[in-house]
Amino acid sequence: MSEAPKNIVELTKADFKIGQPVKWCAGCGGHSVLSTVQGALPEIGYKKENIVFVSGIGCSSRFPYYINTYGFHGMHGRAAAIASGIKVANPELSVWVVTGDGDLMAIGGNHFIHILRRNIDVNILLFNNKIYGLTKGQYSPTTPKGSVTKTSPDGTIENPFNAGELTMGSQGAFFARVVDTEPKMMREVSIAAAENKGTSVVEVLQNCIIFANQVHKEITGKDVRADHQIYLKHGEPMIFGADNNKGLVMEKGRMKAVTIGENGYTLENILVHDVKDPDDTTHYMLARMSLPELPVAMGVIRSYETTVYESLLEDQITEAKAQSKIKTVNDLLHSGHTFQVE
Amino acid sequence: MAKNAKVIELEEVVVKFAGDSGDGMQLTGSQFSDTSAFIGNDLSTFPDYPSEIRAPGGTVAGISGFQVHIGHKEVHSPGDQADVLVAMNPAALKANMKWVKDGATIIIDIDNFDNKHYKKAGYIEDPFEDGSLDGYNVIKAPITTLTRSTVKEFGLDNRTADKTKNQFVAGLLYWLFNRDLKIGEGFLVEKFGKKPELVKANIKVLHEGYNYAETIEAMSTTFLVNPARKKKGLFRNISGNQATAWGLLAAAENMGKPLFLGSYPITPASEILQEISSMKHLGAKSFQAEDEIAGICSAIGASFAGRLAATSTSGPGLALKGESIGLAVMTELPLVIVNVQRGGPSTGLPTKTEQSDMMQALYGRNGESPVVVIAASTPANCFDYAYKASKIAIEHMTPVILLTDGYLANGSELWHIPDVNDLPDIEVPTVEDNDPNFQPYHRRPDKLARLWAIPGQEGLRHRIGGLEKADITGEISHDPLNHQIMVEQRDAKVRKVVEFIPDQEIIGAPDADLLVIGWGGTYGTLITAVEELQEEGKSVSLAQFNYIHPLPGNTREVLKGCKKRIVCELNLGQFASHLRMEYPEFEYLKYNKIQGLPFMISELKSKFNQILEELS
Repeated sequence: MSEAPKNIVELTKADFKIGQPVKWCAGCGGHSVLSTVQGALPEIGYKKENIVFVSGIGCSSRFPYYINTYGFHGMHGRAAAIASGIKVANPELSVWVVTGDGDLMAIGGNHFIHILRRNIDVNILLFNNKIYGLTKGQYSPTTPKGSVTKTSPDGTIENPFNAGELTMGSQGAFFARVVDTEPKMMREVSIAAAENKGTSVVEVLQNCIIFANQVHKEITGKDVRADHQIYLKHGEPMIFGADNNKGLVMEKGRMKAVTIGENGYTLENILVHDVKDPDDTTHYMLARMSLPELPVAMGVIRSYETTVYESLLEDQITEAKAQSKIKTVNDLLHSGHTFQVE
Repeated sequence: MAKNAKVIELEEVVVKFAGDSGDGMQLTGSQFSDTSAFIGNDLSTFPDYPSEIRAPGGTVAGISGFQVHIGHKEVHSPGDQADVLVAMNPAALKANMKWVKDGATIIIDIDNFDNKHYKKAGYIEDPFEDGSLDGYNVIKAPITTLTRSTVKEFGLDNRTADKTKNQFVAGLLYWLFNRDLKIGEGFLVEKFGKKPELVKANIKVLHEGYNYAETIEAMSTTFLVNPARKKKGLFRNISGNQATAWGLLAAAENMGKPLFLGSYPITPASEILQEISSMKHLGAKSFQAEDEIAGICSAIGASFAGRLAATSTSGPGLALKGESIGLAVMTELPLVIVNVQRGGPSTGLPTKTEQSDMMQALYGRNGESPVVVIAASTPANCFDYAYKASKIAIEHMTPVILLTDGYLANGSELWHIPDVNDLPDIEVPTVEDNDPNFQPYHRRPDKLARLWAIPGQEGLRHRIGGLEKADITGEISHDPLNHQIMVEQRDAKVRKVVEFIPDQEIIGAPDADLLVIGWGGTYGTLITAVEELQEEGKSVSLAQFNYIHPLPGNTREVLKGCKKRIVCELNLGQFASHLRMEYPEFEYLKYNKIQGLPFMISELKSKFNQILEELS
């Protein structure tokens, strides 16, 4: 497959800004994601006209209107399907999906698992605010069990999805998690997602200031984040904590958080992160880690390079063209059984 | 071919092959059709599948059939009733007795006519004893035993040996219709070329069937159907689904954009997806989606990316695609939606034909959501209408729904092969890179269509979507007056297509006593009925519509001339309602059939005669 044509001229963040007013609420996590992605795109390096942002429906799905590339604001749940068509039709484009927890994992759940299974090279930015914002406050498939919302006045009785589990359960080759308020992490991860060939899922823990304010505060709060998050980096030991002295070890097949220098644990005992491991068992465990026993995993959790759908299809087309004597539709019409009637 | 039997020349003949799904009747049917086409007969075929893949052997539910109508005269339909029925077992006989003509020749495999098989078929009495076969020319051939003994030398097991039985049947028919066995052999070589033993065995059985027919005395008469008079040139036999797929390919080639088909398998449309999937050598991309919605959404994505995009489905799938068609309406992207109609509602009659999705095609979406709706009317002209659907979609930047049906899709006919270079050009509404005047929703006055700026083009970045667009700029707009303008413009754009489609044709006198009105796939039966009445001197004409929305510009003129008009369709009267809405000044009689079956020529003629008698 041909590589997408990258920059001829140097672009800057300003190139991706657009005159349109951004209509998200003040304090919405969307603003910082937008700004970070605009800033990361020059480094990712595609020409503006070779980038397409596709979205579904929901607050997050207004994103394409706010970025100066080609854009397609689709319909509820279908962004992954529309993006699949764009990318398969023209593999030279850099295709992004911006979606939310309801859009991607409720109404669009089927398209989500199938784009992952096919591994089409589309970057999915999942704004997970654990609530339906645009419809004003109903619970979503990621709302924690027991939460009181407009449609669960007595608390939800449904188990929430974990986007990482769903990604890896669908053979997804790239999964990362970031926080909307950490632009540096967001930038690094966006670039990694774009560079990965295949479907990349970036879960953004996003705050909805109106309907689910502080929903992620146990993870993102300034006072707790160092101890409640672990920012994973490929090839580095899994260390976290305000004092950088906590780490993850594997014991009896389970993840465990330990303090280095206590109970006989040394740096040697700490797991080293390997995003490229074809076996997703460890990645799956990392994605599932939850408070209070374990920190929540951030950064690129899995980035495994494997075959991508559209390249395999292009290969089959090249091969078929080389093998077949039928070069035009006229050839096709005259192939097989024909009858000359005098 | 020295024969003692008398040879009778026939204008046309209908042969029906029926047996268990595994009896190879479809293959024998195709072989017989190809042979007939080879010697220059006109022909029309229709397969009749059960919806179960392999229902229990010997039961009526498991019978699969294949009907072939061949003619020295022009044939337009697979025919009402058979002159010759091949019934491989009692169930095949039972299922088809009502579809054979009085006095028809019935060839049966007598080896399967025993009490065990009668019971499976649900016969209470032996059909040879109960009088139900009186008056027919029944040929009781021991097909199974003779086939097995014929292939003994090849060392095949009974199961494999039995698969060659259909060639015994073929041999019988080649004799009966004075056909050259060489043509049948050629078909087998092509079919089983990679397995020489199988070719030899099949050819031996073919000859055995032929020799058997020549030897027995039951067949005192053989038939000859001479080459068709009208048709000259290079032909092939083509089914509706294949023609649809090829029409899309031809359009893609002529417009210089690769074809993208996003679809989900569904009876009776799956062959379109299958066909495109095997056309990678022509650069076509097929995407077998996870569901109907993803099928159309991937096609919408491909259209945005600048490809000729299509999706194929049947009624239930069209229902699922409704919201997405609305998105294509709003984004004003070209898209071809092929709907191969089947019996509904719900899962309905998946393998049977019907015309009951017209209203769904016209209106089955939220909001004012106009699309162009056209219908193919013969298996072969599915090619033309798939091409036209593509041309309209691209040139007018609109979704187009192409309606075919199970009868057209699976039926086949002889097709005069066109030259793709002679098809009308498709003008792609492109924009030059960096055009400073580009506005996503600026409309060209001739067609009211916007331009197609494609990702990858410099200086034309824009955003589209399902929210209402501001006129010209395409930005999001909730302005009340703008909404009215846009709704009216989308409607006007589709109606303007009328200026680019041909006038409606009337076959027969414009001022006939009775104007028969049909649309889509009923053409074959309606034209046959109308022509037969015309030959009898009756004042009947036919207007068969292919353009449903918009209707052709001369429709009022067409409807005006006659004394009475009757709308015939395989539903409860959807096209009649459509005409009544567009042209309320006329009175419309209706003739509706909704049995999952095509019209019979006999029932049509009897209805038309009744109306004509009332007029006189």
